[in-house]
Amino acid sequence: MLLSQQKPLEEILRSLEGEEKIFILGCSGCAEASGTGGKPQVLEMKEKLQKAGKRVTGYSVVDFLCQKALIQSRLRAKAREVQAADSILVMTCGVGVQAVAAVSPKLTHPACNTVSLGGSRGEWQGAERCAECGDCVLDATGGICPLTACSKFLLNGPCGGTTKEGKCEVDSEMDCGWRLIYERLEKLGKLDRLRKLREPKDHSKALPPKGLRLSARWALDRVQ
Amino acid sequence: MGLQEKLAAGKFVVTSEIGPPKGTDITEMMEDAQLLRGRVDAINVTDLQSSVMRLGSLPVCHLLQERGLEPILQMTCRDRNRLALQSDLLGAAVLGIRNVLALTGDYASLGDHPQAKPVFDVDAVNLIQIIKKLESGTDMVGNPLSGAPKFFVGAVVNPGGNPVEAQILKMEKKIQAGASFFQTQAVFDLSAFEKFMKRVAPLKVPVLAGIILLKSAGMARFMNKNVAGVFVPEPLIEKMATAPDRVKTSVEIAAELIRGLRGLCQGVHLMPIGWEKKVPAVLDAARL
Repeated sequence: MLLSQQKPLEEILRSLEGEEKIFILGCSGCAEASGTGGKPQVLEMKEKLQKAGKRVTGYSVVDFLCQKALIQSRLRAKAREVQAADSILVMTCGVGVQAVAAVSPKLTHPACNTVSLGGSRGEWQGAERCAECGDCVLDATGGICPLTACSKFLLNGPCGGTTKEGKCEVDSEMDCGWRLIYERLEKLGKLDRLRKLREPKDHSKALPPKGLRLSARWALDRVQ
Repeated sequence: MGLQEKLAAGKFVVTSEIGPPKGTDITEMMEDAQLLRGRVDAINVTDLQSSVMRLGSLPVCHLLQERGLEPILQMTCRDRNRLALQSDLLGAAVLGIRNVLALTGDYASLGDHPQAKPVFDVDAVNLIQIIKKLESGTDMVGNPLSGAPKFFVGAVVNPGGNPVEAQILKMEKKIQAGASFFQTQAVFDLSAFEKFMKRVAPLKVPVLAGIILLKSAGMARFMNKNVAGVFVPEPLIEKMATAPDRVKTSVEIAAELIRGLRGLCQGVHLMPIGWEKKVPAVLDAARL
């Protein structure tokens, strides 16, 4: 069970600046249980975005946004709406946002902060990792998490340790996360996302609210 | 004239580094520093270089300062969180240390305490932001300071990074955050470095090219294989392999690189890594 919280609308709108047409993806797994990315929240978000002057080209609620094969088939089913969009707003945990980014032709924006993975790496485990930082930065990095893909958790770009082969100097088996981020944003024509200075991270947000810490089943209880 | 003023005046500056010892015997390190007196414009003091536990940079900078040598305090984000970094910066300021070089730092597992928890609470760009904030009279979250420090802030860049565009992007961010000069990873290939300098020329920030003394052909090959962004061209390796006197050849290679760099950038930064005593000979040969 992964627990997420929706980001404030202002932050979401800020991240969508310059993007007029948005496709929304919801998740009827843990995000629905958390009340952050199920169908009701997706419809609510659609309205909020429209009110803010965005055009919502379409939406889809997928059973598990951590399941890349499933995401791909759902995106294919909505190919026209996805193609028409500038980017995709993903209403789920950090694993889900990264899984979508890995298979999507569009830039992805997280709508939620992940508070706790409850010891899990997604119901469908892939290579994506979420650090449960409570302050998702995937918006700036093309949907690849710099906290888990970079050995040094760097927020502003690569250190000097990327090898000729594009690997991390700490572990030659591991891709340099910042090389991956750079390449993906370059491919998406969105390198300007990297120019913004990122302030030091607020680590206090990583601490889940007391209520969540007391009960891992909190979100499920709420839906029932 | 200090390092900042010399760079502002357009002087081709020379910096070199000394590495604090593992232990309390500082005799040899201080001898190395004395050899640099009058020969270099400032001396970098490394911060637990290669992630090996040893004497820190700050007290050694203080010792240099006391002896009339100008130190550059290297500061990495590996071992200290934002509280400790800010506190040490205040400490540096009250000791009269002006130059700070902000680095991310090598990863802990590369050193002699691979079991350590790496900190990286903030990154090098953040560290520069923090320094500027302290200079403005508050701590990084805005609480007022009684007495603000003043620093000359440097940063690093790897011209051989992969992709180099990502390195340059980060270099721009460091400048935006407040970095006033750069020292680079070791340069051996002048034509590649010239291309890099052309690309960063519009940034109008002084760049000091890194110089590592080659100790052997084996060391050169090792660096080509294992050190990110370092490329020693084959002719230089060949020269070292066939040299009757390796030290002499190494000194000649470094001096020739420095002479070639004079027209390309604003200074050089020597990293002798154990060959500190040979630095004066390199500077003699480079006619500096």
